[in-house]
Order: sequence, then structure tokens, then C-alpha cells
Amino acid sequence: MFRNQYDSDVTVWSPQGRLHQVEYAMEAVKLGTATVGLKNRDVAVLVALSKPSSELSASQRKIIPIDDHLGISIAGITADARVISRYLRSECLSYKHSYGSAYPVSRLITNLGNKMQTTTQRYDRRPYGVGLLVGGYDEKGPHIYQVTPSATFYNCKANSIGSRSQSARTYLERNLDKFLNSSNEQLICDGIQAIHGSLPTDELQSNNEDAPQLNITIAIVGKDQPFKILNELETKKYLSMAKLKGTPAEPSRPDDDEASTSRPDQADSGPRDPEVAVATEEL
Amino acid sequence: MLNNYNSMAQPLWQNGPTPGAFYNFTGGQQQTQKLPKELTTAGPFGTKRSTSSITTGSSVLGIRYDGGVMIAADTLVSYGSLARYQNIDRVFPINKSIILGGGGDFADIQSIKRTIDQKMIEDQCYADGISMKPKALSSWLTRVLYNRRSRMNPLYIDVVVGGIEQDGTPFLANVDLRGRAHEDYVVATGFARHLALPLVRERKPKDRDFTAEEASELIRKCMEVLYYRDTRNMAQYTVGVCNATGTTIDGPCKVSENWSFAATIKGY
Amino acid sequence: MSSLGFEQFPDYQVPGVSHADFSPYESNGGSIVAIAGEDFVVIAADTRLSSGYNIHTRTQSKLFPLSNKTVLASTGCWCDTLSLTGLMKVRMQSYEHTHLKTMTTDAVAQMLSITMYNRRFFPYYVSNILAGIDKDGKGVVFSYDPIGHCERATYRAGGTAGSLLQPVLDNQIGYKNMNLNGEEPPVLTKERAVAVASDTFISAAERDIYTGDSVLINIITADGIETKELQLRQD
Repeated sequence: MFRNQYDSDVTVWSPQGRLHQVEYAMEAVKLGTATVGLKNRDVAVLVALSKPSSELSASQRKIIPIDDHLGISIAGITADARVISRYLRSECLSYKHSYGSAYPVSRLITNLGNKMQTTTQRYDRRPYGVGLLVGGYDEKGPHIYQVTPSATFYNCKANSIGSRSQSARTYLERNLDKFLNSSNEQLICDGIQAIHGSLPTDELQSNNEDAPQLNITIAIVGKDQPFKILNELETKKYLSMAKLKGTPAEPSRPDDDEASTSRPDQADSGPRDPEVAVATEEL
Repeated sequence: MLNNYNSMAQPLWQNGPTPGAFYNFTGGQQQTQKLPKELTTAGPFGTKRSTSSITTGSSVLGIRYDGGVMIAADTLVSYGSLARYQNIDRVFPINKSIILGGGGDFADIQSIKRTIDQKMIEDQCYADGISMKPKALSSWLTRVLYNRRSRMNPLYIDVVVGGIEQDGTPFLANVDLRGRAHEDYVVATGFARHLALPLVRERKPKDRDFTAEEASELIRKCMEVLYYRDTRNMAQYTVGVCNATGTTIDGPCKVSENWSFAATIKGY
Repeated sequence: MSSLGFEQFPDYQVPGVSHADFSPYESNGGSIVAIAGEDFVVIAADTRLSSGYNIHTRTQSKLFPLSNKTVLASTGCWCDTLSLTGLMKVRMQSYEHTHLKTMTTDAVAQMLSITMYNRRFFPYYVSNILAGIDKDGKGVVFSYDPIGHCERATYRAGGTAGSLLQPVLDNQIGYKNMNLNGEEPPVLTKERAVAVASDTFISAAERDIYTGDSVLINIITADGIETKELQLRQD
């Protein structure tokens, strides 16, 4: 994407009715490593890929617990995610303090959306440069929400965000029908297989999950299951289990991201939905 | 409290921004909270407050049974010893899974009821099919009432909250003016605490909950005893019922008065 | 009664100002006992909640598990207990989120003291005992006064029958002023700790009208918390 004369500020409209600064913020999501969220009848699962920024550092935390019934997986600017997670935590905690129960996921995300929207409408602010996949469980069952820097949010059946996430989305789309009735273990394996397509090609070729450059984090939340990030042993177990089951998602083409961001048929047809969700739920 | 009138009003999180206030563009100063008058603490020369309840409702009795809860209260609101308002419902349906019975100062009951009703409307505005549950409401009431008592400006009320939880289990609790709360199969306020509680506890089977019929018969019996023995009671009462099908307020019912024995009492 | 207490000083009284006769406090009764052993700790509380001669409920637990190694027992003014324990739970969770680990019993003990002292001039009117496994795996008991004074101990009784129970513990657990013929007192076993705790409650229920109905006992070890219940007299 190139600079143009209508992107000087977040509050400046382009004649086509677009907010370029907001769309740029959407691009920040694609800089982060991929993460996948999916659910069955009882649980929601988040799977995230993390890579250390250099050999000298540990990898960033990709999955952040918010409360016993909710956690987020992030892609984009980690510092922004930290601020959002602090907001979500304090909201959940004060809700729990006064009502003695878990904050309904849909309401929390609605309020988060309202908070994030203000940053896209004021000259003295900038949009959050982070995309979220929210996995939560409440009285209405398990939920996967996608939240974007433009402050739109989608109630998803399954989704993936981050770099090279297109192939994970393709995998999810192809297998969407079976998620709802699958077992928790199968669901985690599907999450792992989906995210395999987002691996950098050289990592995949080495075909070695023990490679220190690559980390998969898995979190699960649901019925009788407080939000939990699986430990190393459990993760290993599921990685090898996923390996035994079926073929992982095809590795993405290098031009994947480009293709999804500037489709020729959408390039000039006015405002567009910034990111295509795999499948959203009816409210 | 001596050096800071708002010391009770500190935000839950210190040394951190309050939710929704991350970007204070012009500076990092915290805004001073502007509190409603009823939430401020006393100044050095005192603040005029209500020192007792004025128009009062008497007993409320709640019984939990296997499929729901029943809350009963007579329809009298007294002004001192004057039976001032004789046809006022003190048991309210809050939503399809909560009923609330109010004792104590009736103005305070109406005030807290307005606030609760507003919360129910906010619930509906989300249009997500999620509604408040009785446990959440009683927890919220403890926070509100404790807050007011800590500011030495209490709401003079004693309420019974009942209803059905999300998983279908019945819930019954009592919250008083200090924010003291407890859950049980029977709770009562006012004179019913002395007269009705023992009657109900005496009939509780050890190995099971009451049935709806038993609960309803106990309510009838207790309201009769209360009418005979509590001077601030009337022969008319309403019963709120909350079960899996929703909330209803039955009545007004009449206590079956029988004063024929009065002629046999001698000596005064 | 004003919390400022300035009505004691006539100079500060302003004509026309009347003061509420409302008391923010009441005693809701109840007793608690905690006994620490080498690698376990037993904490127990009765389940009666009352005001004056009214018994509100016979089944109110006064034990609040704060983690799988720490349990707080709290009695006194029940609304203060609810507030304090609610606040403690919030702070436990926020600690867990910011530091990515559960608070140790010693840290909880310190935090409870500070939380209580924060209300120095409008105290939580509660009697607290905190029991848990410390960072060395040893059983430990902390006891508090209403304004946050904290003392580490191996056994402690509190609540309305605290003064009845403590001497029994001094004798049975502490072996105070006992002639042991120069021998070391026997090592406390879990079974004996539970038995002594149970007996103290049975005794207390005889004389303290605010203690009775039943006792909830939590036995905390490194493996987790085991719960027991014992019926007391109900009058």
C-alpha cells in the first residue's frame, strides 16, 4: 500500500469513502505471527504461533488470559495488546467483584469495540495496532470473537488472523462443518493443523516441531474448564497427535497476504470490509 | 476519612488508569471524581441525613422449594403506628428469573427498585438474550448497600431476593441495610424473622427440599400467624413465585381470620 | 454515632445538626480455629450466622479458599467479612495476572494486613485467621486483629468463642505449663489436629450461643484442600 494525499490523519476521509490510516492499522495485524481460534459445542480453543524477535530474546506471549472464562490471542503490536488486555482484565474483575459472575463475552467485546472505535474518530489518537481472537465461555456457550483495529468485531465459528493466515482460514473453511460436533482433542488438532499452513516455508520444510525457532501455544476454555494455557508437555502431546491425523493446511503462497488485501474487484469499489471473517454467527 | 472526604471513593485500581481513560491527551493528572451527593461522606460539621426509616413495610418471608422460590409480604406500608398505605405490593417481579421482596423504609425500596429496573432495561438493550440472575443481583445489592452504610448514609431496607439461576437451581437470599447477605432455604425480615423462621425450619425435611405445595401451605400458615401476632401487619398479602416458567405475583390473598376464640379470652 | 467521634467534643458541635443513630457495625458471631502441623494445616469454622438472638442461617461457611494452598477464615461483622474477602479475591486474581504466579501464603498474609490497615480509622470489624502452606512446605497460621496487626503462629482461635477456645489449644496443642518429664512434646498429627479442632467447637457450642449448628473443617496439604463437616448442637 502506498502513501496518498488522504492518509495524513485518522480523521481524513478519502473521496472513495475510506479511512486510510485505519486501513494501515489493519495491516499491523498481518505483521504478527498467525493465530487460530475455533470452537465446538463445549469449548473454544486458541492456537497461536510465536517466534522470538531475535535469537537473543524469548518469544512474545501470544495468548493472554483475561479471566477464568476468557482469554485473548493477539497479532500485531504487542504493547497495544497489553493495554487492551489490562482494560479487559479490570472490566472482568470489577464485574466479578460486583456481580459474582463472569462477564458475558458478547457484552465485553461490544464494550471493547466501543472503546476502540473512539480512537478511529479523534485526531489526537491512533487506532490500536493489534488484532484479537477472543476465546470465551459464558451462559450462551463457547465463543470465538475476532476484533480488528478498525474496532469492528465478528462473532465467529472459527477464524485466523496474522501473517500468512489465509491458508489457515482456507483450512478452517474446508472443515467448518465438523468442528461443532468434534471432540475437544480433535478440535485442538484441527487448530494445530490449520496453523501449520501459516508456518514460514523453511520452518515447514525442516518438518521438526522441536525447532527452537518455532513455538505453538494452545489455550482452551469452556464448560467446566477455566481458561488454561496448555503446558509444554500437553502441547507436545497434541502436536504429535495432530501430526498423526490427516494432512495439515497447505503452506501459503508468498503473495497470500497481498492477494487478500488488494483484490482487484474490491480495490476501488468504495469502503470495504477490512478483513474477511471465515464464518460469522447470527446474533 | 479525616483529611479526605472522598477517601471511600477511590477507584478499584490505584496507580492505573480507570477504564476508558487511557489517553489523557493534555496531562497525566487524575480527574477528581464528582460524586452524587448521597455518596459523599460527612464533612467536618456533619451532613443532614435521614436518621431512621419513616414509612415502613414489615415482614417479608421467602421460601425456597425444589423447583423455585416463593416470597410473601403483606400489603401494608405503615407510617409509625398508623396503617397508612394498605394496598401496596411489596413483592416485585424483576425479570423472568428474579423476584424481590422489600422490607424497611418503603421510599428506599422504591428508590433501589427504580435503579434495578433501569439495570433490567439496560440488560434488554443489549438484545443478546442474557438477563440478570438472582445471585448476581444479590451480590450487586451487597456492594451498593455496603457502600451506603460505609458512608454512614444507609438505605434503610431489608430485602429478600429469589429466583432461578442459569442452571435451573433455585436461589434465595437476604440482604440487609449494611450489606450483610446470606443464602438459605428460608429467609425472612422484620417480625417474620422471629415468628415465621422457626415455623418453617421446624417443618423442613432433612433429606430433601420443600415441594411447591408445602412451600405454599407454609407461606399461608406463616402469613396467618404474622397477621395475628405482628401489630404492623395486615390481613392481605401477595406472594411472588419464581420457577422455571417465569415470575408471577399472586394475590392479593386474604388471611382467613377467625376471631371466635377472642370471646373465650378473659382477664383483660 | 458518627465515625468521626467529634460529638465527644462540645466545641465541635454545631447547633441544628443531628446525628444518625445508625451503627455501621453488628456482631454476627461465629468462631474459627486453625492448627498448623509440619506439612499440613487444619482450619475450621462453625456455620452459624446470627445477630442477637436471631439465627439467620445455620449453613454459612466462614472459610474462604484464596488459593489451593491458602484459606482465610473470617468472622465478626458479616458485611465487613463479605467486603474484605471479596476484595482479597480481586487482589489475588490481579496478582496472578500481573506476576503470572499464585500468591504465596506469606504474601497473602502481608497483603491482608495492609488491606485491613487501610481502613485503620473505620476498621473492618472482623476476626481473621489465615491458614496455609508456606513456601517451605510447612503449615502456617496467621492471626489478625481488626485493624491489621498480623502475627504468625502455629495454632490460634478467633471469633466470639475465641477466648474460650484459645486456652484449650494452649493446653492441647501448645503443651503450655505441662510437665513432660523433660521429654519433647509429641509431633502433631493431622488426625489429632482435626480431633482437637472438632472438640474445641463441641465445647464452645455448649457455652457460646453464637457458635453452633455445624463445623466446616479444611485440611490443607501440598496436595490441596480436603473438606470435612461435623454437626454441632443446634440450640
